[in-house]
Amino acid sequence: MESQALLVLLLFVLVLSIFLGFELINKVPSTLHTPLMSGANAISGITIVGALLASGGDGTLSSILVGTFAVFFASINVVGGYLVTNRMLKMFKKK
Amino acid sequence: MISFLQSPIFVNLAYIFASILFIFGLKMLSSPETAQRGNLVSASGMLIAILVTLAQNEIIAYEYLLIALIGGIIVGVLASSLVKMTSMPELVALFNGFGGIASLLVGVAEFINPSSATLIQLVAISFTVLIGGITFSGSLIAFGKLSEIISGKPLILFGQRFVLSTLLLISLILILELILATGILGISGETALFVLIGVTLILGVLLTAPIGGADMPVVIALLNSYSGLAASSAGFVINNNVLIVAGALVGASGLILTNIMCKAMNRSLSNVLFGGFGSASSATGGSGQIQGEVKPITAEDAYLILEAANSVLVVPGYGMAVSQAQHVVRELGELLEDNGCEVKYAIHPVAGRMPGHMNVLLAEANVSYDVLAEPDDVNPLMDTVDVCIVIGANDVVNPDARENEGSPIYGMPVIEVDRAKTVFILKRSMAAGFAGIDNPLFLKENSRMLFGDAKESISTLVSEFKT
Repeated sequence: MESQALLVLLLFVLVLSIFLGFELINKVPSTLHTPLMSGANAISGITIVGALLASGGDGTLSSILVGTFAVFFASINVVGGYLVTNRMLKMFKKK
Repeated sequence: MISFLQSPIFVNLAYIFASILFIFGLKMLSSPETAQRGNLVSASGMLIAILVTLAQNEIIAYEYLLIALIGGIIVGVLASSLVKMTSMPELVALFNGFGGIASLLVGVAEFINPSSATLIQLVAISFTVLIGGITFSGSLIAFGKLSEIISGKPLILFGQRFVLSTLLLISLILILELILATGILGISGETALFVLIGVTLILGVLLTAPIGGADMPVVIALLNSYSGLAASSAGFVINNNVLIVAGALVGASGLILTNIMCKAMNRSLSNVLFGGFGSASSATGGSGQIQGEVKPITAEDAYLILEAANSVLVVPGYGMAVSQAQHVVRELGELLEDNGCEVKYAIHPVAGRMPGHMNVLLAEANVSYDVLAEPDDVNPLMDTVDVCIVIGANDVVNPDARENEGSPIYGMPVIEVDRAKTVFILKRSMAAGFAGIDNPLFLKENSRMLFGDAKESISTLVSEFKT
């Protein structure tokens, strides 16, 4: 695809997603602020996709090594983030 | 079959599916009944995105990647299962920083890869490095402040704003050089990138260090938003929609939380970030001296009043987290309920060190979430409350926010505990709160100070009830 057309498409996706995000999480009870934050934080670990491609892809040794460190940090973010959110949410009970 | 799994159409459909799961997961996270399932839905979206990526034929070598992945999983599992609930704020801050550095590294890897980057990618790489770097070092400072490795007090550099704007200007010049490669600076693109990384790391420190402990909830929410934006920006680097969508969702949710926190303090975001709150507020607001005297009470007398009370409102603050009092608080609440008293918990959005901090601690202690109320719910009924128990909270119950126009916190929505019939204030000493402001609540006619460690004081009350 021509790079300008691609840019427009990606920006389109970005703008719509930001609006979607605002609509989705507009009203969150304060009880859930911490889990929401740490759950969202785990989602931001999606950058692991880019990290995996850089670490396992066809690059120079230095770009592969940098990508490998990215995989390490992103996977801590993803795994730790989801587990810790789950641990917190397990405690939220109604009696 | 394998070739189908690797075809661009399948991979992209799988990414769309993962995005849908993130959206549903986040939606479900905003209601207590569905939150835990929502987190699992979002986690399965992540798993799908990772597995599909691993199956792509762009990935030709697995050695490094698997070592890093396994290492990260081990660290993640250990950190999340070993950490105490009270240390949750710093762990969230740390994970957030890791997300930021990962995005930064993705940008760097793409830059040093010889397959030439397009103009758009160069712009995206610059932004990813900028936001990722600020997120990383800012989160580390937040981590240090929350775990008390470094002082929670606002640290303000001489000429802070001048240094900040100079650094921003430098990074702008470096970014232009990265994108246009004019060679005017006489340095290679890679050197420019590494200098830029250094500058962004310093920026993150300078932006976070001036923020005091009580303002931490705002910063954590904001850094959370940045980590999403960094991931979204990394999506432009590798032309990948799932990064853009997921990152933007996180960016938006972080901004909403930031906004909620700012509103709860009646301050603008720029005031929180650059105001250096708590350092300049020593000048009294021209209200004159506060009249009255402090009236201490013993736990035994407090017990007699509580025993006769029909409705009790507990207002926890950071002090409850410090003294780990949440379990005895729950025990006291149950004893009061057995005694025929109605017990509620009023939680201010910025109580503690992260958004929702008190709710997590009380949930850990097994307090049902439907008795946790927000200030707007309890304030109209405050006159009917017999006893308010303020546990280690200070600024969020300060009547100056309503009565003293000269006070730095004037206009901040507070829990109006002084309107209850009796107020018990559990406090270690008469020291001022994090904002460093006097609290006239302690001197009010209906206030009684219960000095000592909150956990010990409440334990004494509990044992009085049991005898």
